[in-house]
Amino acid sequence: MSDTIKRPKRKNPILRTRAPTLPPERRSRIALGLVRGAALGRLELQRCAECGAIQYPPREACVRCLSQELEWTVMSGEGELVSETTLRHSQELFFRERMPWRLGLVRLAEGVSLVVHLDARCGPAPSAVKVEAALDRAGQAVLVARPAGRDTTLADEPKLRDMTSDPRFRKVLVTDAKSPVGQAVVRAVLEASADLVWAGHCEPWKNPPGWAAIAELPKTTLVPLDVTDTKSVNELAAELGFKVDIVINTAEHHRTFGLFGRAGVETARAEMETNCFGLLRLAQAFGPIMQARGADGDSSAIAWVNLLSIYALSNFPQHATYSASMAAALSVSQALRAEMRHAGIRVINMFPGPIDDEWNQLLLPPKLAPSAVARAIVGSLKGSVEDVYPGDIAQDWLARFRDNPKALERELGR
Amino acid sequence: MVNRIAGYEGVAVAVPVTVPYERFSIRGAHWFMARALKQLVDGAGISKDDIDGLCVASFTLAPDSAVGLTQHLGLSPRWLDHIPMGGASAIVSLRRAARAVQAGDAEIVACIAGDTNQIDSFRQSTASFSMFAQDAVYPYGAGGPNGSFAFLTAYYMRTYGAKPADFGKLCVAQRSNALRNPNALFKKPLTLDEYLGARLVADPLRLFDCVMPCAGADAFLVMCEERARRLGLPHARLTGAIERHNAFPDDPVQHRGGWVMDRDHLYAAAGVGPADIDVIEVYDDYPVVCVFQIEDLGFCAKGEGPEFIRRHSFEANGSFPFNTSGGQLSVGQAGAAGGTLGLVEAIRQVTGQAIGAQVEHARHALVSGYGMINFDRGLCSGAAILAAT
Amino acid sequence: MKQHDSAAGIEILAGFTTALTTGAIRIIDLTQTLGPDFPSIVMPPEMGQSRAFRMEEISHYDERGGGWYWNNLSFGEHTGTHFDAPIHWVSGRDLPNSSTDTIPVNDLIAPAVVIDCSKESADDADFLLRVDFIKAWEAKHGKIPPRCWVLMRTDWSKKTDPAAYQNYDEVGQHTPGPDPDAVRFLLNERDVLGFGTETIGTDAGQAAHFLPPYPCHYYLHGAGRYGLQCLTNLDQLPPTGSSLIAPPLKILKGSGSPLRVLALVPSNLAGVARP
Repeated sequence: MSDTIKRPKRKNPILRTRAPTLPPERRSRIALGLVRGAALGRLELQRCAECGAIQYPPREACVRCLSQELEWTVMSGEGELVSETTLRHSQELFFRERMPWRLGLVRLAEGVSLVVHLDARCGPAPSAVKVEAALDRAGQAVLVARPAGRDTTLADEPKLRDMTSDPRFRKVLVTDAKSPVGQAVVRAVLEASADLVWAGHCEPWKNPPGWAAIAELPKTTLVPLDVTDTKSVNELAAELGFKVDIVINTAEHHRTFGLFGRAGVETARAEMETNCFGLLRLAQAFGPIMQARGADGDSSAIAWVNLLSIYALSNFPQHATYSASMAAALSVSQALRAEMRHAGIRVINMFPGPIDDEWNQLLLPPKLAPSAVARAIVGSLKGSVEDVYPGDIAQDWLARFRDNPKALERELGR
Repeated sequence: MVNRIAGYEGVAVAVPVTVPYERFSIRGAHWFMARALKQLVDGAGISKDDIDGLCVASFTLAPDSAVGLTQHLGLSPRWLDHIPMGGASAIVSLRRAARAVQAGDAEIVACIAGDTNQIDSFRQSTASFSMFAQDAVYPYGAGGPNGSFAFLTAYYMRTYGAKPADFGKLCVAQRSNALRNPNALFKKPLTLDEYLGARLVADPLRLFDCVMPCAGADAFLVMCEERARRLGLPHARLTGAIERHNAFPDDPVQHRGGWVMDRDHLYAAAGVGPADIDVIEVYDDYPVVCVFQIEDLGFCAKGEGPEFIRRHSFEANGSFPFNTSGGQLSVGQAGAAGGTLGLVEAIRQVTGQAIGAQVEHARHALVSGYGMINFDRGLCSGAAILAAT
Repeated sequence: MKQHDSAAGIEILAGFTTALTTGAIRIIDLTQTLGPDFPSIVMPPEMGQSRAFRMEEISHYDERGGGWYWNNLSFGEHTGTHFDAPIHWVSGRDLPNSSTDTIPVNDLIAPAVVIDCSKESADDADFLLRVDFIKAWEAKHGKIPPRCWVLMRTDWSKKTDPAAYQNYDEVGQHTPGPDPDAVRFLLNERDVLGFGTETIGTDAGQAAHFLPPYPCHYYLHGAGRYGLQCLTNLDQLPPTGSSLIAPPLKILKGSGSPLRVLALVPSNLAGVARP
């Protein structure tokens, strides 16, 4: 039985807040190959480079020919549900709290059998299904069988909703709502039926195009927030941190200098101050209090999105110090993810290519419109991913990086 | 090099021992293993030092394996093995011990299977059960084998038309057998209505489709027949034994076990056929696996198990005496001892020493083992035929 | 400079200390509190930026240091109530004794006059102090003495909303200040020590468009004189009769620094409103 997300009831304030539980987290190293694909929303299984056999569960040598040339390859996920069950009891606390739980046994077209979470909208065995990789609440990759040939939203399946961070009915903090991307994010989040958006802003004397309209949007409250100011961050967290379900950290400081293009460290320091230390301040101020609410019923703290840059992956020397600050932010966000995972809160990193804003004026297209970035952010919350590379440039650089990071270093340094 | 598989001539199996099962125990597995060893030694009228071969199966002995037990129990065997094959451990232990005795590598081998059961034992032992289970099953909430066997049961029912009442008939009969077994943990009769109406555990499995984990041990001795006679021990002759692991890996869903591949050899070696078997003790972790074994050991064709069940009665005095001590489903599963439960019952039956109901003229007993749901199917299978002397 | 004899000097100092105790001389604090919310000057985005005031705790009687509380600070030299030294501007770059560490200390305590432009500034954010306004002021209060601070009171410090204080629109900032002629007059005809304002700059918000641009900075610093910005409480000062204590931090080659600006005011003159 499936149904779209219903507005949660107000919480009874004298009841104890439920503590977060997580699905089993342990995986062998080779099985963690699944999460590499799942982080991007891809189902990847091992394929033997010598004989072509697909492997599952993940293993150290080909089950057919013993070759150790096993490559993680994207799968279509098409298969047949050959058996199913509904668990009425589990030894795992996480699943005990969510009984009954539907599981399926799927035979993929490639000839391997998978134990999967079974979407309620799948018909009984035998039936055609599509298997996808998703991230469970522990941030580990799991397989989910969805009905084949139908476009369904994961968040609309009550049992599988935990794998998403749908903004519907949630309270969202956008840390910089004033920038072009920030404004687009506010609008996109409201369109995704968030209950409330706190629009963070600083430098009140700056009134860029579109900003006045943001203040007029329904369910939107302007809140002072300067991520370079510890006092500002702490005060806001004290005021409303305990109600924030989703943080979307759009604050960034972007200048476009090569290493020798701007004497001194002050520009780089300003970039670090916002991009890296801003995230650090937000993490320290909002992280622990969100952790405490990781399982707070239907209105729990659920996700944290960081607007990074594809330059975080490999330095773009034309924007050298900006790249470095984003690389630092990436590292901090990994630490944040490690902390928040324990509370079942997903940390999603966005790695867009150049955004079509004033600082990228001199870069040739393709460039991402702020609205496209916002759509990607909302899409990542509705889906089950943690690393998002929106747009052609980001996808291109990611492919190059994975193929040969040294080659990308040379290509970017041309 | 001779390709012919050697028979089991001259191998005797004696002194069936059961350390009474307990639902929970604060004692460790070593206590139950030690108790079984003592009962073996006393039952055989030998000294502990006469045991020169030891074969061990246990899930809760960690951090020890068989090696630790030698020093713990004061044994100095010249042959030692540890069989981590769950419900197939008994058959495999028997095969190993038999070869050792035939080759002269050991004269008296103690085969002991036992486990303790504490409040968190089951969760802990399943948590570190296998790499594939850790990576590809437990993340989905099915800690333990219930989910996997639910898949197999649902598939079997859909494919071959088995009904819940078919499985229920086996469970009811086994409970009836168990009522005659003072060691059984289940003391109340089970009706088919109770079986069918019991709460669901993992659809379509219900409460009485699942074993109850407990603490306990089962054990036996393997020696040459001549030694058994000299000691004056009632014993059974081992006439055939097979094992197979990871059979039919390309079956999308397991619906048959390795016995299919080797049963002809088993019967040929034993010089009997299915019709000659007087009592059968199968590994009953779940009723559907019982049906596999009935079919795969040649008592009917694949898929005809339900019809076979409807035609037969399974009590000790029935048309097809089956799990005559009650099986794990009604006695309890003492971890790795679950597979030995059937083997010691078979020894008791063919030596006329049944603790519960005695099958009349039990001359040939078939014992079957199965186990180790590594991912989506039980990998281990084995069977042995014991003959009365 | 003629030396007073030491006995008279001791008496004057003792009398001064007594006057402070009795309140015969009052101390008026002309300094804004240095905090992260106080507006800081903002340059066009592609230029180097002056840092707003930021404070990071080192410890607060906690595991980072159980018995004490202290902070690390970061700010630009021109953050908050601050002093501009001649070296700050290109026109003063080559002058001797032009940085905060080399300015003659005698210049750090000096008399001040206060020209009240508060009404005019309230009506017009781009109000410019012109020569005729100064002369009209002098007609009432006397000629501006040499080597004194000229403080332009606009009551701009009462704008506690940072957006109103910065007062930006699409063409830039709109805050009052002196026009080029007035600056030349004060310098050449009156030999002032420096110019002080309540706004974020000594020059008017639109001064980039004057000729020369930023004339107050250009001329005063070019002549080795000083600036004070983000002052407050000028409405507590008499038009004449105060002295300012305005020593910047002794920063090596500093172009300026936040500082404490204190006005010494005879009590019979303190708090006198604009006549």
